[in-house]
Amino acid sequence: MTTVAADGHALRLAVEEFLYDEAALLDEWRLDEWLELFTSDARYEVPSTDRRTGGPADALMLISDTRSMITARVKRLNSRKAHREFPWSRTRRIVGNVRILSRHEDELEVTANFVVYRSRREVNAYMGRYLYRLVAVGDSFKIRFRRAELDLETLDSHGTLSIIV
Amino acid sequence: MTSPDVYEDERRALFDHCWLYVGHESEIPNAGDYVRRTVAGRPLIFLRDSDGAVRMHFNTCTHRGATLCREDAGNARIFQCFYHAWSFDTKGKLVVTPSADGYSPGFRRDEYGLKAPARFEQYRGLWFVNYDADAVDLRTYLAGAAEYLDLVLDQAEDGMRIVPGVHRYSVRSNWKLMVENSMDGYHAPTVHATYIDFVKDSGGGQRKDALTAGGALDLGNGHAVLESPAAWARPIAYWEPFFGEEARDDIAQKLARLIDRHGEERGRRMAETFRNLVIFPNLIINDVAAITVRRIEPTAVDRHSLEAWAIAPAEEQAGSAALQRRLDSFLTFLGPGGFASPDDVEALESCQQGFAAAREVQWSDISRGMARQPGSQDELQIRTFWRAYASMLDGAGFPDRVAGIESPIAVEAAVR
Repeated sequence: MTTVAADGHALRLAVEEFLYDEAALLDEWRLDEWLELFTSDARYEVPSTDRRTGGPADALMLISDTRSMITARVKRLNSRKAHREFPWSRTRRIVGNVRILSRHEDELEVTANFVVYRSRREVNAYMGRYLYRLVAVGDSFKIRFRRAELDLETLDSHGTLSIIV
Repeated sequence: MTSPDVYEDERRALFDHCWLYVGHESEIPNAGDYVRRTVAGRPLIFLRDSDGAVRMHFNTCTHRGATLCREDAGNARIFQCFYHAWSFDTKGKLVVTPSADGYSPGFRRDEYGLKAPARFEQYRGLWFVNYDADAVDLRTYLAGAAEYLDLVLDQAEDGMRIVPGVHRYSVRSNWKLMVENSMDGYHAPTVHATYIDFVKDSGGGQRKDALTAGGALDLGNGHAVLESPAAWARPIAYWEPFFGEEARDDIAQKLARLIDRHGEERGRRMAETFRNLVIFPNLIINDVAAITVRRIEPTAVDRHSLEAWAIAPAEEQAGSAALQRRLDSFLTFLGPGGFASPDDVEALESCQQGFAAAREVQWSDISRGMARQPGSQDELQIRTFWRAYASMLDGAGFPDRVAGIESPIAVEAAVR
């Protein structure tokens, strides 16, 4: 952690920069580079809309990916045969209200708000909050845990969650 | 698929007379537990009353019609309408009318209980509603589909339960496209090419004939099933490397217990085959990479919404490795974030857009397998749905089974 920043303000700036860079990779569909941001034991999850605080041990999630499933998801989205995302939708992410919730040993717990606009035939917004566990590596971070809790009551206007939110 | 008039006819001819799935008893385990559902457009409260009996009330206040219960799920002893505070107990009895002295002597409170649908019945914990008081009983209605429900439900040693968490989403297509798609084997290699690649990448798909073997059956009253060898892993009970070596023994034991309970043939059939079952008109039970219960609610001629649940044996408890495997397997394929369902949604929406040329391109072809014993890539099961649909819309009731109509080979296969 010492290599990142000693004081909280600089640390938050470093985290913000990391999250903005991550959002840019996703908006630019540079998914192979995005995948490199994850640790080998990483998880990515999105709970069902009726159970925003639910976990994969006892509830049906929308997404509950191990690292190997994240890799498979990227491979799929890179394919011309992922029909829901071919051609790729246009997305634009706004990430803000970044807060560092806790620091212990090599890990930071971070939350942030997001809006992800997706445009393909029509425009839909996915909004909610992120929960991250980030590990300091060199002068940046790796993602060990990434959870997107949607504020949506249903996916009625979206139909699917075919992009990475 | 595109006519608002036909859409209205469907509501009267199908949805006002057919048995429609509402929910599973495990969703409301305790007295006072309730969930809200919208079934054929009507708002319902599906609940367990203070005596523990399952009931359904229209979620419409008998005073002025306001929505009575405004939370999706919970536990209540009294439902109080927020508009004028009329209050009802869990049996639907009106118990409070504020400032009751304003009503004339002829006003009888017991005439204002919550209204219930004409009929509600269950099959092994699956509760259905029927808005037609003269409908046949549910068991008769289910006809041959009951046997296939048993093949799903009997996988549990101690009953099934709905796992908490529901996938709620909508598709911009006519609802019947979702019915077709949910039991269409022909589209799997193309629409789900990335999923099949994923299965291969994870060392699965060991049965090379899985996507072509098997067949379909007309189960009577419009119900149909597609049954085929498991093309990939099943939590009960077909191990493939996706589950990991550590799961191998556990799944072998599940298979052994299944064979103990049901015999070799039935046990293996339950463990090692996929079943895509449609209960006419709008309930899908797909027993594939996991078991999903999917209810279709038409919302416009070119739009429908879905509620999809994971149903699991009760013995697969929260936090157990068995439940984890099931849910992980579910999410590989199924749901808005799965590796397959989003591409189905894309296919359905693209069809609906294509129908804009319906005046010039008039037909949707479902003739595969009409002149041979129908296989799992054929369309007998889709024709089954449509024959029932057309007959019901004509007011002629349910038709004879497809087997009596199609080729002699099909008859032979269905009888066997």
